[in-house]
Amino acid sequence: MVAAASLRERALAALQDVCDPEIPVLTISDLGILRHVSVSGDTVDVTITPTYSGCPAMTMITLDIETALSRAGINARVHTCLSPAWTTDWLTDAAREKLAAYGIAPPPHTSSRRALFSAAQLACPHCGSADTEQLSEFGSTACKSLHRCRACREPFDAFKCH
Amino acid sequence: MATTSITVEETPLVRQVLYRADDALILGHRLSEWTGHAPILEEELALANIALDLIGQARLLYAYAGELTGHGEDQLAYLRDAPAWRNCLLVELPNGDFAFTITRLLLFAAFADPFWRTATASSDSTFAAVAAKAEKETAYHLRHAAEWLIRLGDGTEESHRRAQTAVDDLWPYTGELFAAVEGNAMPSPASLHGVWKETVDSALSRATLARPQDGWMQSGGRAGRHTEHLGHLLAELQYLQRTYPGATW
Repeated sequence: MVAAASLRERALAALQDVCDPEIPVLTISDLGILRHVSVSGDTVDVTITPTYSGCPAMTMITLDIETALSRAGINARVHTCLSPAWTTDWLTDAAREKLAAYGIAPPPHTSSRRALFSAAQLACPHCGSADTEQLSEFGSTACKSLHRCRACREPFDAFKCH
Repeated sequence: MATTSITVEETPLVRQVLYRADDALILGHRLSEWTGHAPILEEELALANIALDLIGQARLLYAYAGELTGHGEDQLAYLRDAPAWRNCLLVELPNGDFAFTITRLLLFAAFADPFWRTATASSDSTFAAVAAKAEKETAYHLRHAAEWLIRLGDGTEESHRRAQTAVDDLWPYTGELFAAVEGNAMPSPASLHGVWKETVDSALSRATLARPQDGWMQSGGRAGRHTEHLGHLLAELQYLQRTYPGATW
């Protein structure tokens, strides 16, 4: 039991360095896509969940997890689970702060359907102004939308409410 | 060495999964054909994103069909001949002009959106899990298509003419969406006709477009009787595995 507990600790420590390849300031645990880490025998089972169905980063994240654990000398199996479905509510508060600092507006604190239609003004992550407009609901990755700040005139991405 | 096409043992459950998986993959493939050709950069990103969502949904569903049939997701996508595909004819039609692509997306998404929302309560837990992801994505697809259709229909004389032509040409392909399905793991398509009609009517009237009368409806896709267009699409989709059997990287 002690050995298993310490193996899990080592695995968790190694996983702290695994980031989303498309938003490199966020770790997979900040994003809320790291669901479980468990130990069976000398192998660590890691379970992750996709953000969007077609998120192309999932394959890369799986490889990055295997690489990080293998560097730490740990045998690992990576599994994917779909339920419960990921929503933007799984983002940690630390993740929201990191997103804003990186120039991506974090999503509003709700994943309700109605929120998709609300006219909630996003604050510009560059200058903080609330005078912003949406250019497109689809951005450079599946999880982001495109916006522009009317105050500082800078374009920015926002993490879509999902 | 030629790769042998696979034959899938289709139980009612497998067929229900393939209906949704094939619809999503074929429409996703069609939308991906716009990559590099869309009218503006934002639309390029939007169509590619929607294609990606649909192909992602298809992968989840093929993985499930794979568990049920013993064929992997790649085999299901790359090694079935046209008569084994279960998608509706609506999604395999060539893209046509931008108005045709957008109108087709609207007609499909207006069905897929309530379908997945209802399916989140499915007694089949895998299906419900896929639905929980798909219903959020489909809401974006529906809104995107509806906003464009309104701009096209209520835009210039030329965009109105093209949008109305697209609606008229696509209408006979909408009946197949609601055809009865054997098995009860998924929502009954016929039960969604009312809500579909409401959504489509509201978009058409805001777009100042006329709704065609229901008349003869094309069908056959679910039974593997496809238009000539599917074969051409599959030739491109399956080219690599058919030419280099078993290739991996």
